[in-house]
Amino acid sequence: MTAKSKFALEIKGLKKTYDGGVQALKGVDLTVTRGDFFALLGPNGAGKSTTIGIISSLVNKSEGDVKVFDFSLEKELVEAKSCIGLVPQEFNFNQFETLQQIVVNQAGYYGVPRDIALQRSEKYLKQLDLWGKKDQPARALSGGMKRRLMIARALMHEPNILILDEPTAGVDIEIRRSMWEFLTKINEQGITIILTTHYLEEAEMLCRNIAIIDKGRIVENTTMKNLLAKLNVETFVLDLPANSHNPIINGYESRLLENNTLEVDVPKESGLNQLFSQLTEQGIEVLSLRNKANRLEELFVKLVENGRKEAQV
Amino acid sequence: MTQRSQRNWIALKTIWRKEITRYMRIWIQTLLPPVITMSLYFVIFGNLIGSRIGDMGGFTYMEFIVPGLIMMSIITNSYSNVASSFFSAKFQHNIEELIVAPVPAWVVIAGYLGGGMSRAILVGILVSFISLLFVDIHIHNFAAIVATLLLTASLFACAGLINGVYARNFDDISIIPTFVLTPLTYLGGVFYSLTLLPEFWQWVSKANPIVYMVSGFRYGFLGQSDFSIGTSIGLLVLFNIVFIGFAYRLIQKGVGIRS
Repeated sequence: MTAKSKFALEIKGLKKTYDGGVQALKGVDLTVTRGDFFALLGPNGAGKSTTIGIISSLVNKSEGDVKVFDFSLEKELVEAKSCIGLVPQEFNFNQFETLQQIVVNQAGYYGVPRDIALQRSEKYLKQLDLWGKKDQPARALSGGMKRRLMIARALMHEPNILILDEPTAGVDIEIRRSMWEFLTKINEQGITIILTTHYLEEAEMLCRNIAIIDKGRIVENTTMKNLLAKLNVETFVLDLPANSHNPIINGYESRLLENNTLEVDVPKESGLNQLFSQLTEQGIEVLSLRNKANRLEELFVKLVENGRKEAQV
Repeated sequence: MTQRSQRNWIALKTIWRKEITRYMRIWIQTLLPPVITMSLYFVIFGNLIGSRIGDMGGFTYMEFIVPGLIMMSIITNSYSNVASSFFSAKFQHNIEELIVAPVPAWVVIAGYLGGGMSRAILVGILVSFISLLFVDIHIHNFAAIVATLLLTASLFACAGLINGVYARNFDDISIIPTFVLTPLTYLGGVFYSLTLLPEFWQWVSKANPIVYMVSGFRYGFLGQSDFSIGTSIGLLVLFNIVFIGFAYRLIQKGVGIRS
């Protein structure tokens, strides 16, 4: 890592066409600031894993430049690789090796002497609550433990940037939250984190900056705060008593569903007070209230749809 | 030692340790079968049938076949170790651990070759000990034995690596050993001297690279061979250069391991 590098990652004009002719990336430009907690979101097949694959040398690029802490993947590959820790989407360790063998070997590939690697294995396996299983073969672990093992393995050479491709896929909420805490802690210690995830609330909770990729192009790249500010309508679901009539609510769009459930689109500038005032005036009791969907999810769908419309034009 | 060469040296030792740990963990599949197979060869071909064959080139038949049988186990073990280990790493995707790390292609090749060669040498030593139960081993030229052993193990480990690179399923790593390696080994002068063959078949046999390896190895033990030791070592060096060069190109380009 160069001392003056401002960016942890700089991608310019990145393109990838696979042998079968599928164009997975159509010119991706992306920068991630040093120390950032960055989310890369996109639907399945959008190009997230291809982008990560190119950064981590698992996939050959067709065109474009990638720099990791100012080290070019093309000219300074060894230095660039030394900066990166990768947590891939699929389990890619030898299932027959023990946890300690897996993490110590990985450190060895990066040139970490064995005595130091053994000390670090204790540190990271303990931090990820796996030390008690260090002598067990990896195949004996649960899915959540395997995900944590991959995080421990990626940290063994103490990288400057950690790239996680859907790290919490398929793990229960308790383990997911403990992983969030761990990732927040190591980000506070200065490690840049890039995360892809399908859990949009995960990105909202953890990340400061976000890029949305769809069909091989970046359709949005901004701060999480700016992104959420773009959300000007939120849909709420109100449960009403049986046989409630459909209310007339001025300034709001609403729909009464069959099961005495009212869906109301609430513009940001109107708020909820006016809505409740109007409902009270019409004698409608509200039993409970909830968001129809995750706010970010709504925005995500909207941005992806807009991006596709623009691409067609 | 520069920082880079120190890092490469640690990575190389790591691959060796990983490979040795792998075949030692499954020793029932890796070390025991060749020992049992070769013991059967010694009993059946050497002892029971061999006693009726008589001398071959001034040595008992058992003395004659021992170098060839050791060489046979070295060839099959160096090849199969690397082919199966590399393919398994591809199959389980843990080859990605090496690809994402700053490990140069030559370290990957040296690591896998070292692993395969160490297993071949270990099996060769075990088979040699078993042979001592049946016959006294002569050593004519120790340097020739070591040189032929190392060059043969390295060549077939490299061939196994190339097979592992191209293999797409488990069948692909058994096709070459079954249909190419085994016939060439059996026809490679392990059980007979080429001089016993009609002239035409002697000429055909010279196209089989394994005859030079067996011949060189036998020279080291008995001082008797079908070809000069210089020819055997020279050809082995040449084959090694070609195979290792080709393997380097494959790994450097990421054939079969990078999209």
